[in-house]
Amino acid sequence: MAGSQPSLKRFYLVILGVAVVGAVLLWWVTRPKGPTSIPIAVDIQPSDTAGFQGYVLGPDSAPVTVIEYADYQCPACQSFDLVQFPTVRERLVSTGRIRYIYRDYPLDSIHQWARLAAHAAACVDEQGKFWEFKDALYRSQTEWAFSRNAGTRFRETAGGLGVDLPAYDECMSSLRYAGRIQAGQTEGTRLGVNATPTFIIGGRLYQRLGTYDQMRAVVDSLSQNP
Amino acid sequence: MTLRMGAALAALLGILVSAYLWLYKIGAIATIACGNGGCERVQASPWSRFLGIDVALIGLLGYCALFGMTLLSLQPKYAAARWPIQALLALSAGAVAFTLYLKYLEFFVIGSVCRWCVISAVLISLFFVLVVLEHRRMRRTPA
Repeated sequence: MAGSQPSLKRFYLVILGVAVVGAVLLWWVTRPKGPTSIPIAVDIQPSDTAGFQGYVLGPDSAPVTVIEYADYQCPACQSFDLVQFPTVRERLVSTGRIRYIYRDYPLDSIHQWARLAAHAAACVDEQGKFWEFKDALYRSQTEWAFSRNAGTRFRETAGGLGVDLPAYDECMSSLRYAGRIQAGQTEGTRLGVNATPTFIIGGRLYQRLGTYDQMRAVVDSLSQNP
Repeated sequence: MTLRMGAALAALLGILVSAYLWLYKIGAIATIACGNGGCERVQASPWSRFLGIDVALIGLLGYCALFGMTLLSLQPKYAAARWPIQALLALSAGAVAFTLYLKYLEFFVIGSVCRWCVISAVLISLFFVLVVLEHRRMRRTPA
């Protein structure tokens, strides 16, 4: 039965104790760990950008270089990555017609998590899984774009790709790519980028190059090898 | 400790476990201590939501209801009443059936086992068993 009053009182104390211990544990695990944002105001060191042109696909000998400036949280970039980029990669990169360079251009004022995503991608790149991670981030964009802590999703995505998570965590905590991301964005702005995705092909800037066919037409005109 | 007290304790632990899973689901917790990656896979799967609601939130609300109802049944004025136990029996039977459905999804559809979900399954099963025992005990007791 329900027990006598003294034992009921003792029981309430036990319940209170368990509830308090549980609440403290939940508070402890919900404390933010690792960065939840990547600083913009960083001193850019020469070492930040030394030897880094962006994330490169395709041979150096390709006749045309396509540079994409993109933001992981930008819906148009997502659309390009999911719909057009596989064809671009198959028909232009894999055939050696272009060298493709992906650069970060986080639009911080409208995309809260774009810079954090860029830093996560840089950390995943250390383990050679950048392109898989980039695709995974764009595929899951709607799941993390409005979440309270997108860093959780980025880490989860990295883990799902087999990334060594302790090394990833160390990289994220170090913020070591903050300067490089800022340098890349500054360079993009200097070149005239102000929206994403923006492409630079043969030294010219294209902001409305939404399809494979449009990109191929530009590449054809530059390579004279349609 | 009475059977009802044991059931209340199981429900409280269930609240803590489901709260942990739900906090992870909504992104308030960066990592989940799962060990085998199963919790991440299960929580990222389409089956982590049921009728548009996070399964972990359903669990949290369900455990809260069971906990509250069990505390109510512990009040001296309800000590001899059968309806609180009958209500708990019905609620926990539904919870066990839902848990079985979730275990089926984990083992046979998702192919990953979330250890915290297993702990929750053990807790709700324990709760159900304790309520069944209490129900049987009351049936043997003259009204």
